[in-house]
This record gives sequence, structure tokens and C-alpha cells, in this order.
Amino acid sequence: MKQKLVVIGAGMASGRVLEHLTDDAPEAFDITLFNAEPRGNYNRLMLSPVLSGEKTYQDIITHDDAWYAARGVTCRFGESVVSIDRKNKQVIGQNGAVAYDKLVIATGSAPFIIPVPGKDLPGVVTYRDLDDTDAMVAAAAGGGSAVVIGGGLLGLEAAAGLAMRGMKVTVLHLMGHLMERQLDEAAGYLLRRDLEGRGITIKTQAATKAILGEDRVEAVLLESGETLAADLVVMAVGIRPETRVATDAALEVARGVEVNAQMQTSDPDVYAVGECVELDGLLFGLVAPLYEQARVVANGLLGKPDVFVAKELATKLKVTGCDLFSAGDFAEGEGREDIVFRDPSRGIYKRLVIEGDRLIGAVMYGNTADGNWFFGLIKDGTEIDEMRDTLIFGPAFQGGDSLDPLSAVAALPPEAEICGCNGVCKGKIVEAIAGGATDLGAVRAQTKASGSCGTCTGLVEQLLQVTLGDDFQMPTAQPICGCTDLTHEDVRRLIKSQELKSQAAVWQELGWTTPNGCHVCRPALNFYLLADWPLEYLDDPQSRFVNERKHANIQKDGTFSVMPRMWGGMTTPDELRAIADAADKYKVPTVHVTGGQRIDLLGVKGEDLPAIWADLNRAGMVSGHAYSKGLRTVKTCVGTDHCRFATQDSTGLGIKLEKHLWGSWTPHKVKLGVSGCPRNCAEATCKDIGVVCVDSGYQIGVAGAAGMDLKETERLTEAKSEDEAIALITAFMQLYRENAKYLDRPYKWVAKVGLDWVKERVVDDLESRAALVDRFEISQSIYRKDPWAEHVQNRAQIYAPLADLTLEAAE
Amino acid sequence: MNWLDIAAIDDIPLRGARVIKTPLGCVALFRTAMAEVFAVSDRCPHKGGPLSEGIVHGQRVTCPLHNWVFDLNTGQAQGADEGQIATYPVRVEGGRVLLDTVALGKKSAA
Repeated sequence: MKQKLVVIGAGMASGRVLEHLTDDAPEAFDITLFNAEPRGNYNRLMLSPVLSGEKTYQDIITHDDAWYAARGVTCRFGESVVSIDRKNKQVIGQNGAVAYDKLVIATGSAPFIIPVPGKDLPGVVTYRDLDDTDAMVAAAAGGGSAVVIGGGLLGLEAAAGLAMRGMKVTVLHLMGHLMERQLDEAAGYLLRRDLEGRGITIKTQAATKAILGEDRVEAVLLESGETLAADLVVMAVGIRPETRVATDAALEVARGVEVNAQMQTSDPDVYAVGECVELDGLLFGLVAPLYEQARVVANGLLGKPDVFVAKELATKLKVTGCDLFSAGDFAEGEGREDIVFRDPSRGIYKRLVIEGDRLIGAVMYGNTADGNWFFGLIKDGTEIDEMRDTLIFGPAFQGGDSLDPLSAVAALPPEAEICGCNGVCKGKIVEAIAGGATDLGAVRAQTKASGSCGTCTGLVEQLLQVTLGDDFQMPTAQPICGCTDLTHEDVRRLIKSQELKSQAAVWQELGWTTPNGCHVCRPALNFYLLADWPLEYLDDPQSRFVNERKHANIQKDGTFSVMPRMWGGMTTPDELRAIADAADKYKVPTVHVTGGQRIDLLGVKGEDLPAIWADLNRAGMVSGHAYSKGLRTVKTCVGTDHCRFATQDSTGLGIKLEKHLWGSWTPHKVKLGVSGCPRNCAEATCKDIGVVCVDSGYQIGVAGAAGMDLKETERLTEAKSEDEAIALITAFMQLYRENAKYLDRPYKWVAKVGLDWVKERVVDDLESRAALVDRFEISQSIYRKDPWAEHVQNRAQIYAPLADLTLEAAE
Repeated sequence: MNWLDIAAIDDIPLRGARVIKTPLGCVALFRTAMAEVFAVSDRCPHKGGPLSEGIVHGQRVTCPLHNWVFDLNTGQAQGADEGQIATYPVRVEGGRVLLDTVALGKKSAA
């Protein structure tokens, strides 16, 4: 008959117990899981990226509803346990009792609240779970100031997250330097400098006297008498094991619930696991020993003998951009010697503590690549006498190995621990790779290595490279910019597949590391969104380079150039007169005839732009988009109207194309040419799209270049009629708009996807061609219009100064 | 100090800027995504580019001419570039933007 198992608390430790149990013996237990939080097990290590906005709750769920259902776990989430009745072997929840044969207490820890006046005011939060995180995110949305009390791991992650959300953050720390339990003073200083560099204020030796406020928090008063304004106060001074139910049930409790090496409490049917336990006077807070404990509990429940042994621990701090590592004991003491390496310009600090001929401690900041190797030496008690002189330089310098970073990984022994969170050693990963796990995802799935906090991902990739040699391709794709690890191609794909329709959605869902991007990614995202969602996405002028925002080209002296459109290179005496009048009226210093058959007025003052546009509009002219990543010009020859060699009306086709395509935004600028005969006076064969007329029709070439690169167009196809030529060119434009990387001209894009791929979609598949033409037309319903006229009417005021303080006040 | 009400915060585009003319030259008023306002010199120390025309990201602006990036709090150029732009006191009260005209080179009102 199945035994009844009740688990109190759905955290990471008990989650791992359930994984072991339901994997090893799915039929052994009827399981009931209580959790006071209204949700199941999620990866608490990842709360800081949720706070900073790099991840969402959805990203960090470990066990979802389907998981519990599949494993037959009865979930009682959002329900606190009132008491344990050990005599009758039942757990009494708020909504009723459940009988048990075996019980696991996994109540975790509770934040320590310092007993100062004002600690209960609204706006004072702790940082333990998702609700706390959500409360901080909500508070940060209003901006303002935050005070974080406590400069340990949790406090600093909270501070970094809130600062990334745009709050002004001050960290108060009682001790002389940050993270004094994990870092020495020098590393603490570097950490402080890095955090201050991000605008976070750090106050050490700062004791909190009171939290002030009427009906919510307003300020924090220090013992020194200083007050700090605060819209949010985060208490992160420490945690203590949550032992209430165990104490009430008269189990033996010291600081934590006391257990033996089999993780049994003083009642052998009651196990305890995780942050709530105490074993031989030790408490446990890091995830690696908790997972060990979970294995021991699961084995104990299944009657298999197992023993938990507390091991040395290493710490890696995950505040984006801060790279620090500590392991072992690094306090100064008699008989201990230090080896220290510093590189101030790169912000690197390494210190090794040696006792006798053994390494007993290591602290590293700025470059922690060798951390695991040092940690191995500490754990194994390796004799280091022989390599003492070069020890600080790490494994690459031992035994005459080269400086190749891979050799450091290759030199690790099979039992070296790669993934500290999940206790996965090198040998296990190499075994998995040999068994067919040839990429990161497969290794992660089979061994759990790099599956929790993720800081060993690079090591696992290096192991793949060492083990597979040339068969493994290190991912080399370039991210868009420093705000993300994703490539342009990834982002385009995800915008389409996840239906992301705003920049905020992209930043949030794709884990941008900056609050609102940078000058590199913003214009790219703005284009991708308006190209893929023309009706839903609103073009954001503030994400455009100045030229596209002001619809004029900025010159080196801050003035602008103005270039009206001349359809197909044709103009009239009236237009020329209007241009001349405008040049006079606005004192245009330079008038230039361009290579695209238009006239450029250079040196126009920014504040004159709306007026000169209004004058040109009155003469029937519109923007030439000479500033845009979009359709520029269609250059033509005079064709059959005048030329004795011409075969078709090249001028007329050019005008039709320009009237059809103008106003459309593209990944980079697009220039067209239409020549009336193969003599090619319009130089159509070095354009992005070029048409050469012949007697039988229209030869359409694409992917030419005459700029940084010089390249002849490649033949897309030949069209029989003008209409067919226009449809083919429109479809090509749309395919380019939907697929190319921002700032790739068509010739670069075609080189990547291949002309055959383009032909299949534009030429061969008529349905695909028609669909592309339709989608282009939908987009043009928004964008085929004169931006000059619109700005003259609606936005003229932004071109003028907001105020002029050089004028004397009238009064 | 002589605080002068210059404009409503909404007169400045979100993640954008507007220019005011002062006896010290053009000053750019930046508004970030967090609705903070910064007042700094409009002139890039590199080649004189108009910073008010740059892309605003976080509390930074990128010069439109050669992509120098400045921190709007300190006026310091970021990364490998070296230079600084002047920053001026600014307050936002009840949706209005106030500037200290003394700091902007005007004699205080009699």
C-alpha cells in the first residue's frame, strides 16, 4: 500500500526531494505539498534578475502546475500549516487536516527584521520571495529613493536591481566593508567602487536608528543623526531558520530544526531539509548543500542508506557586471601567508591564503576564471609547494601549459566540480558529451550542469570544446549591442514568433540589461517593430537617429540639408523657381546637384526647417527622404520620350516605382535606377534595385552596390510588363524589410540568404509574391505620406527653442 | 538661486530634449524615460554636435555626430572618450520645469 507523505514548504530543497522521489519510485508515496506562498517551486537564485527586469517570473518557474499534476502531487498552495499533530500523525492546515506516514519540514528561512521604530510602516519590505520582489518592482515604478539596509549578498542584489529600475539607491551596512563574511577588505572596496560607479550610494559603519514616516515610509534616521529620504526601505540584514511549526510540535530545535546526518529530526518519521535545519551547529543557506540534503532525504524515505556531509563552500556573487569569488578561510592568522595579485587599472584583485603547504582560502575580484581550480585545491587539500611561485596565475601556468584558456579546463581532474549549484563534476559532463550530448542544452538537460544560477555556462561550453574539438562550434554570433546577448537575427525572429509589439515588450521579454536600450539597439528595434507590426506599433521618433527624427540631414556644423523629391529625376521650371526662392529666403549657403538627380539645399538652420518645408509644400514638393533608411531616389534616363536608342518608357516606370515605394522604411537606404536600354545611362546595374529596359521587357537586377563596396546587380528575373516589374520590385522590397538585419544594404542581405532563396519567394511562388505585395501595401497605408507636411502642421513647435533667456524680460 | 518656470515637463518629448537659449549658449533640457529632467550644455566638446538631437537612453545621451555618450548627471563622457559638458541645476515641481537663471548667466531679478 502507498505511504502518505506530507511536505511543508515548496522551496528549492523540497522541490529537489520531490524530483528524486518521483523519478526513483513514482508509486511509493501519496504526496501532499503545502506552501504558504500561493505558487509552487521556483528558482529563488533568479529573483535578482526578476527584480532588475532581466527575467520574468515565468522564466524562473522550476515546477509548474503540469509538473505537479504529472507526478500526482496534491498541491495546497497559499495555505499555511497551523500545526503538526505528531500523536495522530497528521498535519493541520488552514483548510483541514492531512494524515501522514512520513513528514518533511522544508519551511526555509524568514528575513530578520531589525527591531527599530517604524519597521512596520508601509513601504518597508524584505527580500525573500516573489511577493517581496513584486512589491519592490511596483515601488520602483514610481522612481524615487530606496534605502537598502544590509550590504550582504541579498542586500546588494536588491540594490543593483532597484538601481537598474531607475531608483536612487543607498545601501546601509553596519560593518566596515561590504559582504564581510565572504570578502576581504580589498575585494570589498572594488565591489563598492563598481557599485558606486553605477550610481549606488554605499554607507558603511552605518547603523539604523529609526524608520520615519506618517502613514508610509518617508526617511531613514541613522545613529549618526543623518536622515536619508526614502520611498522604499528594503531590510536585508540576514535570515533565520523558520522553525515555528517544528517548535510547536515539540521537535528539538536549536537555531534551526535539529537533524542527524540522515536529515531526520528528533522524530524519525519527520525529516527536515533546507534552510530551516541545523546539523552539528551549522546552518545552510547556499543551494549546493541543500541539494545534497534533498538527495539524502529522498534516499532515507525510500529506505536507502545515505549520509549528508557538510562541505567547504565557495561563493559567487551574481550582480550583473560584478565578478567576484571567495572560498575557504581567508582571515589573517598566525602561520598563514598571503599571495596577492593586483591589477588596479583592470580592477583585478586575487588573494590566496596558505597555511603550511596547503591552500586554505581564496578571494578574487574582477577575474574569477580560475576560481573553481583554486576551490578544488582547497577542498582536496592538495600540496601546493611545487607550484607555489606561479600558483596565483592559475592552472594555465602550471606544468608549462600554454596560456590557452581551454587548457585550464583541460587540466582539471575528472572529479573537479564544474557546477557548484548541482554538484556536477567534470567527469560526469565529459561522460554525457561522450554519450551524445553535443551542445549546451543537451548537457544541461542530462546533467543539470549550468541549470541553476548559470555562472558556469562558459566552463561547460569550454568543456564541450575541449572534448569535441573541431566538432563543436562555439556560438560566435555577435549580439546587437551591450544591452543584450541576442543577435539581430534572434531578435527579428522573436519579435515575430512571440508577437512582441512594443519596445518595452522586447526589453522585458528578451531580457534587455538596460532600462531602455542604447543608441545602437533602439533604432534597430524601432525598425523591426514597425516593419513587422505596421498597424499595431507606433513609430517612436525618440528611437531614431536625428536625421530621421527631423526629416533632414544633420551637417557637421549642426545645420541641416533639405532635399525635395524629384520624381524619377524630373522637375519643372516652377519647382526650380520655388527652390531658388527658398534658397534666397532662408539664406542657404550651398546648393548642390546630387548623384540621385535632385537638388540639395545645405546649411539650413534647424529652427527654419518647418518654414522652408511649408514653402516647398506650397509649390507641390514633398520630402525626398534623403536622410532615411528607406526609399531614396529612382534615377532614370529620358527613355523613349526623347532618346533614339531607348526601348521602353524608363522615365515613366521610374516615376511609377517612386510614387509606389516612397515613404517606406527599410533596414538601410534603398536606391533604384531605371535605364531605357543596355547603354545604361541611369547606372541601374550598381543600384540596390536596377531595371534595364530591353525590347522584350524589363531586366530586373538586385543587390548592386556603389559605395564602400562596388558590386554589379544580380539578375532577379525579367518582367514582361511594367505592372509585373512593379510587383516583383515591391515584393523584393518587402522581403528585404521583413528579413534583413538593420543596416544591411540589400547586397549584404542577399549574400547571407542567397539569391535563390529570394527568387523562390519573389519570382517563383506567385502566392508568396502577392502576399508580400499585400503586406507592403498595408504598411504603406501608414507610411506613404509626406512627413514634412505633417511636421509643419503638428510638430513645428519642437523645432523652435523652448525658451530664450538671452532676451530681457519685458517688464 | 533664482528659480524660473521655463515650461511644462510635457513640452519635452519623453526620452528626448528641447533647447533653450541662454547667455551661456544653448542649453539642452533632457527628459528621460523615468520623467527626470536634466539641464546640460547643448554642445558636444568633441566637434560641437547638438546633444539635444541625440538619442536618450537611461540617464545618458549619445551625440548625433560621432556617438560620444555623456552621463546627464555628471556631464562626463563615457567609455574611452574624454570630455565633460556643463550641467545646470534644474527642478521639476508639479509638472513644471524650473531653472536657476543665476547659474545660466542671468543677473538675478532686482
